[in-house]
Amino acid sequence: MAERSFAAEVKHLRLGEGEVFRGEGILAVTKALLQSGVAYVGGYQGAPISHMMDVLGDAREILDEFDVYFENSASEATAAAMLAASVHYPLRGAVAFKSTVGTNVASDALANLASGGVLGGALVILGEDYGEGSSIMQERSHAFAMKSQMWLLDPRGNLSAIVKAVEAGFELSEVSNTPVMLQLRLRSNHMSGSFVAKDNVRPPMTVKDAVEHPTRDVSRVVLPPASFMHEKEKIEQRWPAAVEYITSHGLNEFLAEGTSDVGIIVQGGLYNTLNRSLELLGVSDAFGNSQVPLYVMNVAYPVIDSEVLRFCSDKRAVLLVEEGQPDYIEQNINTILRRGGDDVALHGKDLLPIAGEYTPMAVTRGVNAFLRKHLPDMQLDEPSLLKDADDPDSPFAARVPSEVVQPRPPGLCTGCPERPIFAALKLAEKETGEHHVSADIGCHLFAINAPFHLGATTMGYGLGAAGGAALNNPEAERPSIAFMGDGGFWHNGLTSGVGNAVFNKNNQVLVVVDNDYAAATGGQDLLSSRAELPHRSTQHPIERAVRGIGVKWARTVSHTYDVAKMRDVLIEALTSKDRGPKVVVAQSECQLNRQRRVKPEQAKLAAEGKRVVRQRYGVDADTCTGDHACIRISGCPSLTIKDNPDPMRTDPVATVIDTCVGCGVCGANAHAASLCPSFYRVDVITNPSIVDKAKLGTRNRIIARLSDAVEARASKYEMV
Amino acid sequence: MGSWKQGRRPITIAILAMGGEGGGVLSTWIADTAERSGYVAQATQVAGVAQRTGTTVYYVELYPQDADDAVVEGRVRNEPVLSMFPIPGQCDIVVASELMEAGRAVQRGFVTPDRTTFICSTNRVYSIDEKSAVGDGRVDSEQLLASVRVAARRFVGADFMQMAVAERSVISSALFGALAGSAALPFERSIFEESIQAAGKGVKKSLAAFARGFDMAADAVRAEQAPARERVMLTLTRREPSPEDLREVELTRQASDDPCSLIGPKLQTQGRRIAQGFPAASRLMLVRGCLRTALYQDEKYATRYLDRIERLLAVESDPDGAALLTTEAARYTALLMTYQDTIHVALQKIRAARLADIRVESRAKNDQLVDVYEYLHPDVSEVTDTMPAAVGKALRANKLFAAAVKGARGGGIVINTTSVVGFTTLTTLANLRPMRPTTLRFKRVQKEVDAWLALVTEMARSDYALGVEVTKAAHVIKGYGETFEHGMESFEKLLAAARRMKGRQDASERLAELRRVALSDEGGESLELALTTVTGPGVDGASVPSAP
Repeated sequence: MAERSFAAEVKHLRLGEGEVFRGEGILAVTKALLQSGVAYVGGYQGAPISHMMDVLGDAREILDEFDVYFENSASEATAAAMLAASVHYPLRGAVAFKSTVGTNVASDALANLASGGVLGGALVILGEDYGEGSSIMQERSHAFAMKSQMWLLDPRGNLSAIVKAVEAGFELSEVSNTPVMLQLRLRSNHMSGSFVAKDNVRPPMTVKDAVEHPTRDVSRVVLPPASFMHEKEKIEQRWPAAVEYITSHGLNEFLAEGTSDVGIIVQGGLYNTLNRSLELLGVSDAFGNSQVPLYVMNVAYPVIDSEVLRFCSDKRAVLLVEEGQPDYIEQNINTILRRGGDDVALHGKDLLPIAGEYTPMAVTRGVNAFLRKHLPDMQLDEPSLLKDADDPDSPFAARVPSEVVQPRPPGLCTGCPERPIFAALKLAEKETGEHHVSADIGCHLFAINAPFHLGATTMGYGLGAAGGAALNNPEAERPSIAFMGDGGFWHNGLTSGVGNAVFNKNNQVLVVVDNDYAAATGGQDLLSSRAELPHRSTQHPIERAVRGIGVKWARTVSHTYDVAKMRDVLIEALTSKDRGPKVVVAQSECQLNRQRRVKPEQAKLAAEGKRVVRQRYGVDADTCTGDHACIRISGCPSLTIKDNPDPMRTDPVATVIDTCVGCGVCGANAHAASLCPSFYRVDVITNPSIVDKAKLGTRNRIIARLSDAVEARASKYEMV
Repeated sequence: MGSWKQGRRPITIAILAMGGEGGGVLSTWIADTAERSGYVAQATQVAGVAQRTGTTVYYVELYPQDADDAVVEGRVRNEPVLSMFPIPGQCDIVVASELMEAGRAVQRGFVTPDRTTFICSTNRVYSIDEKSAVGDGRVDSEQLLASVRVAARRFVGADFMQMAVAERSVISSALFGALAGSAALPFERSIFEESIQAAGKGVKKSLAAFARGFDMAADAVRAEQAPARERVMLTLTRREPSPEDLREVELTRQASDDPCSLIGPKLQTQGRRIAQGFPAASRLMLVRGCLRTALYQDEKYATRYLDRIERLLAVESDPDGAALLTTEAARYTALLMTYQDTIHVALQKIRAARLADIRVESRAKNDQLVDVYEYLHPDVSEVTDTMPAAVGKALRANKLFAAAVKGARGGGIVINTTSVVGFTTLTTLANLRPMRPTTLRFKRVQKEVDAWLALVTEMARSDYALGVEVTKAAHVIKGYGETFEHGMESFEKLLAAARRMKGRQDASERLAELRRVALSDEGGESLELALTTVTGPGVDGASVPSAP
């Protein structure tokens, strides 16, 4: 069950010709796929494109109606390899994943796909995780397009333009026998907007037709001598075919031609930002009526020589707005101009930042510098962001002291089952000493920050164990520790990490965080999920998988919230004399998903008059001395501080706020770490049973008598 | 001058929130409201792990449809080209769900005095650094509030979280109401409310929180437009005094005039003594100290407490002013004398007010039952501490006994205070009180307190400020078990440092600095380091510190 349901939104996917579709980027892309007669779809979740997989999952009914095959691929490599169906069959296929990390994983399959080429349109939809909010290394997908010769579409941030790019992408792929990548920038995925829909199209050939009529063409298989032919084909046939399609269909745009003898070239995805910069400078308006000629590259690769030369032919100077580094396009255009004998002045990363996101701030400053240099007489407005920070009119003038605003990095949610695992490891290390910890990708990576400070490297999804492979020495007095999530485990960690450690007799202790979902990407199901799903096979235990691959020492802790048990199992693993990997499967359901599942169930039971117990924790302000040791081994968002109600004490006391879900970590930590006696658990019982009520009667009588004596003594000292 | 400067531009709205606060829902509501009012709306967000409790920014642009028909002909685009990023200096409306996020919005340049309507929830969600400090690591909220208040053109600030909680809704609903009430958007209230209704989830609660937010913002705007005299409160840079602040002022007055009126019948003697023999400024603290020590043990113990403070009066050089030495000594002496032992914790757990508060805190309705479970885990020293000194001393060294305690409590004890057995057990423990003076720990603490106060007296005689700092050094003693022991070690180190620094001009400042370091340092390493650098040579006790 995914974190977000699109059950309501997918109804819009049925809209027909002329109707207005409202929604966000990922839904628009899905609709465009259906309008394009796609025959099969796959992909792997990952921000910012996770929800596209959820949309497709929720749209199963519509996909089935049109005989569109949909798979939740095991990895990006699986997804890319799936496009092999378009090699011999005229099937349109699309896969989606996060880039560049997903593209890294997929690149073997993509390179093979691009070598042999495709018959049916093959579209790779990239959720580009670059810039603010990104969780990965900052690199460009552009490199993959160049190295394997795939075309890269980078439509401007507008739903109509994105839909058009999907449709044109399939056609371009087919006419040039080349896979096409469609780059959806980070903010476009969930950008809201509207476009005019078309009817959905049933694929002319379905997957079923293809399976029942197998065909092959040995010249498409990547093996000599065909592989050598493919390289020639790419240059001699596929490239020119693509250029012909791109130019004749006007995929790139020439705007405000003839308005000036200086111009700007921009990647499609940056067009909105550039136009805003021009508006701020007073030389364009909200409807894109620029006073400076623009060449908008909605196709970022290939760069079309003829179009570049045409744009530059009547210009003295041109600015290229190209985000990220290396400056592939700038290098490319320089070559084109040099070969074409054009001596226009080309600016780019000399006036714009060499690295980093091209925000309106960065672009406005660069464009301003460019226009002032080459059009000194042009009347430009001066937006305040151009002012120096020490100018009182600058938006960055110091108005709030820097020290009162602290960073607020993401962290584990309230009740997260991973918190007790790290608390347990902290406690275990008090006895065993510290270890090298190789981290992985997933929510568990948040342990690198306060309060746990655990984890030294992260080498990629599922590569936690592999990342610790070299730090293995049978003579060393302690093993290294690796973490891996269930998502990464099934993605590749089982072989790259566990199998590798078994084969190489590595003594590593591996903790597999098994929380029932690919949680960090939004709660998608996977092989070891405990849910029963109509369309997927689940409930395959991780411990069985690791034993199957040869692990001898494996323990499953089925309730991570038992901190003492978790700690003891970790100590046992860390001090074991057994050779080979020690695998601890730490198993408890992702709390976000659990709450989504349990809350409605409990509400229903309560409404039916059944006995329901709600739990939460609390801290006694009287016994809490404000040392916050509990917070330093937890970091739970619901465990925080408040003013000390005791006027004699000044430090804030710990407190549990209303968002507590009663996971039990507070109590378990208090015990396992021998904290203080301040924690208590409250069980609120709705619809108490007869037994409850009988007990209550006795209690009230006896407790009241004892309590009265206590209060009577106190009243001699206290004023009421 | 371009069209932007002439005002042909979208309305721009940035929302700073933390993951899980409904920022996405809020931006969708805004976009829906605008679309139903004939605007083109574009909402964007930064999806991904940043939304797991971290800071995120949502951004919405609204453009009036066909606002300038005249130029439709020959337009490059039929739809307005909208930005996906908030732009420093260009945000018309900024919504911040929390006070530190509000500060961040200002620092990032989104809030500017020339343009921005700033809707800001003044509640604090403490950052992990603030929460995990050993002492008080919170940033100065007053300073934060004062600076964000003046950074905007119009500031609409209130605790919107409180409003949402009161209606059992999410903060986004209250903020949405405030946005509507601020009149920063040209739409009717009913159109905003339709967006909530259309979303169809928790509509009633959302509308209730919306209404509270709306009323608050509408009042603020009205007040701003009112004549200057009534506006004074709005331009105040400090938070208005809370009821608690006012109560404290009243208590201070009462304690100074008539301390007896604040304490029960059995403490009247002590009350009279406070009124006659102690500086006015210290009386409230002393009243509290008497109450604390008496409740902890008996009225004789309260007398002993007053005796201790009285001895300090000889070195109190500011009796008619703040009487800082007396006041701080009154504070920490009481705290040290009422150390948290098992007997006292048991008493705290069974107080009627506590159990009543828990019902409120857990939102138990009248027909619901509430069980309260305590997580206790006394270690060996805590058990021996509550035994008669001789027995405790003997058992403390006994390994067999230690193993037995550990075995008996297993991973700790869970007691249901609301059960007959649990309540009886805790009451029995609390009733061991008369035995306390015979225990090991009680005797030890009395000695420690007297030694410390003797040092305070000695230091204060020659350096009043240093005397105050030695008093405040007791602040580092807190917690239980290991944390407590670590605090005691730090305390001893601070006292030793004070002795060494005596005579130095900056001794009090340096000791204060050392105390801050000790509170920031769980492991004790930075205190060690600071000791070597702050107190200079002689830290190992081998050589005598050189006087300045």
